[in-house]
Amino acid sequence: MNALIGQPVRRREDARLVVGRGQFTDDVQLPGMVYAVMVRSPHAHARIRGIDASRALGMPGVLAVFTGRDLEGVLGSVPTAWIPPNSDLKQTPHRPLAVDTVRYVGDAVAMVVAEDRYVARDAAEAVVVDYEPLPAVADVMAAVAEGAPLVHADAPGNIALHWKAGEVPDEVFARAEVVVRQRFRQQRLIPNPMEPRAAVAQYDSATGHLTVWMTSQNPHIHRFILAGILGIPEHHLRVVAQDVGGGFGSKISCYPDEALVAHAARVLRRPVKWVEDRSEHFTATTHGRDHVQEVELAGRRDGTIEALRVKAWANLGAYLSTAAPGVPTILFGLIVNGCYRIPQASTEVFGVYTHTTPVDAYRGAGRPEATYLIERMIDLFADAIGMDPVEVRRKNFVPRDQFPYTNPFGITYDSGDYERALQRALERIDYAALRREQAALRAQGRYLGIGFSTYVEMCGLGPSEVAGAVGFQGGLWEHATVRVHPSGKVQVFTGASPHGQGEETTFAQIVAEKLGVPFEDIEVVHGDTDRITMGWGTYGSRSLAVGGSALAVACQRLVEKGQRIAAHRLEAAVEDVVFEAGRYQVRGVPDRSLGFQEVALQAHLAWNLPPGVEPGMEASSAYNPSNFTFPFGTHVAVVEVDPATGAVELKRYVAVDDCGTPINPLIIAGQVHGGIVQGVGQALWEGAVYGEDGQLLTTSFLDYAMPKARFFPPIETEATVTPSPHNPLGVKGVGETGTIAATPAVVNAVIDALKPWNVRHLDMPLTPERVWRAIHGKGAQG
Amino acid sequence: MESTEDLVSISVTVNGRRYADQVEPRWLLAYWLRDRLGLTGTHVGCDTSQCGVCTVILNGQAVKSCTILAVQADNGTVLTVEGLAQDGTLHPVQAAFSEAHGLQCGFCTPGAEMLAVALLEENPHPTEAEIREALDGLLCRCTGYQHIVQAVALAAERKGRGA
Repeated sequence: MNALIGQPVRRREDARLVVGRGQFTDDVQLPGMVYAVMVRSPHAHARIRGIDASRALGMPGVLAVFTGRDLEGVLGSVPTAWIPPNSDLKQTPHRPLAVDTVRYVGDAVAMVVAEDRYVARDAAEAVVVDYEPLPAVADVMAAVAEGAPLVHADAPGNIALHWKAGEVPDEVFARAEVVVRQRFRQQRLIPNPMEPRAAVAQYDSATGHLTVWMTSQNPHIHRFILAGILGIPEHHLRVVAQDVGGGFGSKISCYPDEALVAHAARVLRRPVKWVEDRSEHFTATTHGRDHVQEVELAGRRDGTIEALRVKAWANLGAYLSTAAPGVPTILFGLIVNGCYRIPQASTEVFGVYTHTTPVDAYRGAGRPEATYLIERMIDLFADAIGMDPVEVRRKNFVPRDQFPYTNPFGITYDSGDYERALQRALERIDYAALRREQAALRAQGRYLGIGFSTYVEMCGLGPSEVAGAVGFQGGLWEHATVRVHPSGKVQVFTGASPHGQGEETTFAQIVAEKLGVPFEDIEVVHGDTDRITMGWGTYGSRSLAVGGSALAVACQRLVEKGQRIAAHRLEAAVEDVVFEAGRYQVRGVPDRSLGFQEVALQAHLAWNLPPGVEPGMEASSAYNPSNFTFPFGTHVAVVEVDPATGAVELKRYVAVDDCGTPINPLIIAGQVHGGIVQGVGQALWEGAVYGEDGQLLTTSFLDYAMPKARFFPPIETEATVTPSPHNPLGVKGVGETGTIAATPAVVNAVIDALKPWNVRHLDMPLTPERVWRAIHGKGAQG
Repeated sequence: MESTEDLVSISVTVNGRRYADQVEPRWLLAYWLRDRLGLTGTHVGCDTSQCGVCTVILNGQAVKSCTILAVQADNGTVLTVEGLAQDGTLHPVQAAFSEAHGLQCGFCTPGAEMLAVALLEENPHPTEAEIREALDGLLCRCTGYQHIVQAVALAAERKGRGA
């Protein structure tokens, strides 16, 4: 049997997906199914004086209209699931449908259910809501200003949380040779997986069981939270997420909509389907990022960084979404030093309520916000002391021999070799030659920019004890069951819930190699709370590091059980039996051996098992990691800026990533490409724009610029391999690295290109207008 | 709900099979395919004809089926992703998408494949730049497009060899 770990095995999910036979939530068709449409607020902030649904209810085919009042005492509030300690978190009730007050454009006020989707849409438009508009605030800094309209009466100053880590005294900055200060705006992004959110619910009145098919990255978490909102016993609720069309964090959260659809199915005794349309996605699905950061760096003229101090205001939107309080605190504030040995560092964060769509995890979740600020500060520091940004990075890297390295916030980085990845990237782009080309082109009036990002990130979430210590209201271990059938066929049940990551393939590779069973004999089952014992889901680049490790442990248990059975059958001592390439063999006696699948059959038959060995061949593992994983690497962007138009062209992009031991390089490349394109999207094009009145002005793909194929050169990828020492596979997460790394690489490149105009910093997205204004000294945008 | 008098009779050949139906004039082609014919391979990703995941081939042209009315397809011929494979053999574009890892979540894949099929009909030997240009009508949030571009190039190469 050939080794499968590390091979570019073609994905088995493709067999159904390339022929259009995937089973996405909107593909679920049930007899008697009816359709729900949400009536959403067009106002950012308004009092609801009354709702008149009579005309809608009179329309043929309309079955019901639910309002917030109808559901009082029926459905619980939608809770947040992250309560960071010592943050004075102001939790405010989030009713599934607004009762008296709407707090953002897109806040649902009513749900209409009708026989078909067109009628439901007509009826939703016939629901008359009498609003009294109120003053609103959308901008995070405006929300904390004196006299700003309050989003919640019980959150004074709109402060939802105040969190601090570390302390750097003022004297450090007063005494420093060099101090660099910069204010950064991390614009708000809209996740936009290509599949909008959707839910189909079916209630079985005979058993009281409720099944919800939904677009979920974590069905068990959704079951846990939905059970609470619906007041249904958790074991009577089944959540199914078969094929999910991308998530990027937006399908972690528990929203009101899925609970409402489930409730409607329970009340109407009909299957109910709801599918978000794209414009609804823009307002009703969580957004990402949206910080204002004030950053101070103290250092020496020789390039040594001495201290870093970060103060950030994070816009959390109108309600606290599922993971929202943890994203700009724990996932951001504890890793702002990046891959640099900075002796003193501190982060202070204000989480702020505004009259906007709730903000939650978006690919990278906190770590892009941290990486951007430190990678930008490195370039600003290099500029201030007249040193090459590459040299500043080198000088401050955590050296290879210092791992495990504990950063100033007490986070222990598992392993790394930052210098090696940087060196690879420098060689690949031929840095010295590129700088010469840049100088030559400048003389011709062409402006090339070279930008670096030498990132590290914290993923593979994570030890459950840490989850508890930082206030995450769940565990972060993962469950796996490996079931070997009498015929030797294997089913794997994983609590990870892939939605594009290809774990039906990579997990089968792991099992095939560990058990020596043919790849074709293994099926990976995911996304169904009734079939899978438990799971915490797919996010935070955790599925392979945690879910994959659970599988490896379960396989090892099966191998050990098989060894006892094989030894018994081969009449040898257990320690004399070795397991290699799927066969148990008596050491030194090649003709006395048994295959794993034969042993599995014997285990099932149980005619002759050694004493103390139970029949059957199934093992589970609930794997709780001992640490996060810390993938790292160097990304280099080369851009050209056209001073006449301000347009930025991405000319070259080189990524050297280290995600530990690779399982499937083809899938890794795909993750890296996709991540980078999303990161470049933030740097150059994407941004949610709110008007001062709280109207979202970007509500379609016409207004919100998504990255497209023709904006990119081929991305060049390379890998270094530094295994993680603390999981059985040596793997690190790779799902978010590209997004985390790419944004600052591109912005650093553009600022580098703008050197001749002494542009120190520009906030994202670096649209042609913004760049043109900087070049031509026309001040800030519009 | 409209009365039956408002319904319009249409007859459309989809993937080689003729379907006669009574439809409301406002029904979109995408939903007619999905809800009435059960051809759920055609997905809907936006409502402003930007994302292209609903792309089908109508009378030889790639169109966004979420912005075409079912009645506009009357007497027409529609090819959807379900009609690409013949006798259990993948279309070269489908095979290439899998081989080049041109898909992750798979939601935009049917649209991407239909666009690729239409491109290769029109331009059997596209350059990389032409492929990227042709994909302008498609949004994919997972792949970063690179493997999609490679998949289309691979399919072109195979077709060129008469595979």
